[in-house]
Amino acid sequence: MVDKARARAEEALDGLLFDGMSIMAGGFGICGVPEHLIAVIRDSGVRNLTVISNNCGVDGAALGLLLETGQVAKAISSYVGENKLFAEQYLTGKIEIEFNPQGTLAERIRAGGAGIPAFYTRTGVGTPLAQGKEERTFNGERFIMETGLVADLSLVKAWKGDHEGNLVYRKTARNFNPMMATAGKATVAELEHLVETGTLGPDNVHTPGIFVDRVVESHAYPKRIEKLYTRPRPETAGAA
Amino acid sequence: MAWTREDMAMRAAKELKDGFYVNLGIGIPTMVANYIPEGVNLILQSENGMLGTGPFPYEGEADPDVINAGKQTVTELPETSYCSSAESFGMIRGGHINMAILGAMQVAANGDLANWMVPGKMVKGPGGAMDLVAGVRRVVVVMEHCEKTGASKLVTECSLPLTGANVVDMVITELGVFDLARGTHAPVLLELAPGVTVEEITAKTQFAFTVALT
Repeated sequence: MVDKARARAEEALDGLLFDGMSIMAGGFGICGVPEHLIAVIRDSGVRNLTVISNNCGVDGAALGLLLETGQVAKAISSYVGENKLFAEQYLTGKIEIEFNPQGTLAERIRAGGAGIPAFYTRTGVGTPLAQGKEERTFNGERFIMETGLVADLSLVKAWKGDHEGNLVYRKTARNFNPMMATAGKATVAELEHLVETGTLGPDNVHTPGIFVDRVVESHAYPKRIEKLYTRPRPETAGAA
Repeated sequence: MAWTREDMAMRAAKELKDGFYVNLGIGIPTMVANYIPEGVNLILQSENGMLGTGPFPYEGEADPDVINAGKQTVTELPETSYCSSAESFGMIRGGHINMAILGAMQVAANGDLANWMVPGKMVKGPGGAMDLVAGVRRVVVVMEHCEKTGASKLVTECSLPLTGANVVDMVITELGVFDLARGTHAPVLLELAPGVTVEEITAKTQFAFTVALT
């Protein structure tokens, strides 16, 4: 078994970065984002990137880091509402955006990783996002064709991973990561915990190691929360 | 006296049936969760990959890895399960979700829905809205009846770019409830908020409708 673990994030991306490349990055908002790997891309200075990610991060975090440095030429995303810098670059024409419905984006990536060149979906029929796409009728219903999506590099964030690259995600930090792991010509996983091979339990693995080229354990958490909502404890409410 | 936002959420909650899997949008739809009728057990889906979304956490117990589709911190319930975004939208696109309750900018007589972009303004993207309206079995819109300018949001034809064509089953506003049936028949006014007359709602509604008050 080849040991896919690398000691540092820089090593995990060594030789994989080039100008004009496409990069998928997992995450929903800033939940489940491979933030340390993204920081390495920022520091590498590669430019003219196409990023594929549900959101484009927030100001100063996640893919927002690559916007600050002007490294992103195009984004393929479903929603970019939480990023002022993105809005600014988009409105001034510095960055191109291709909006995908969120489920279509997820399925395009799943399809790309599974070797499926295209599929049909009801999503988007009759909307501006159907323009230029083939439409077909199945069982009397209208569908549009969407294509599978792959990238030069996929960056994913997992909770635990082993030296073979088997991955386990945690709670809603899973989101786009499993599909993206399958759809990169190279896939690098950022782990909260690198564990000994054989300890994850074969039944518990979410992403089998075949999809993963390198893993790296990243320290320096805690994780950020985008929108903290809480409620008072019942006893507090009772005393109030 | 027209319905308040709470009243509208309460009215929408009456559409929920025992055993439903439901996706709630942001805004008034989120408030629907506060008015689930007694005896109705349902499971809330968050399209970011959480089925069985619980209430906000107690102070100090928020988990950054447990968020809903509005990116708010939430909690697990005993029945909660997690999945990938692809599987989550498989639930949606595959027709496994019984009902979606969401907001809108415009709804047309034929069930067309517009809620994701205004030409000339910054477009934030469709998020999961197009998938939800295309895939969920029953789509209920809860929204203000008119824009701040006074223009009706219940229109003969959407002037804004569509989120989905022929997708809306029901519209609830502060003035009343319309059955749209995804455009399979002309809109029907089913209910009026207290103190609202047919004349008033007609004056504030661009599309033509029949009246069958229940």
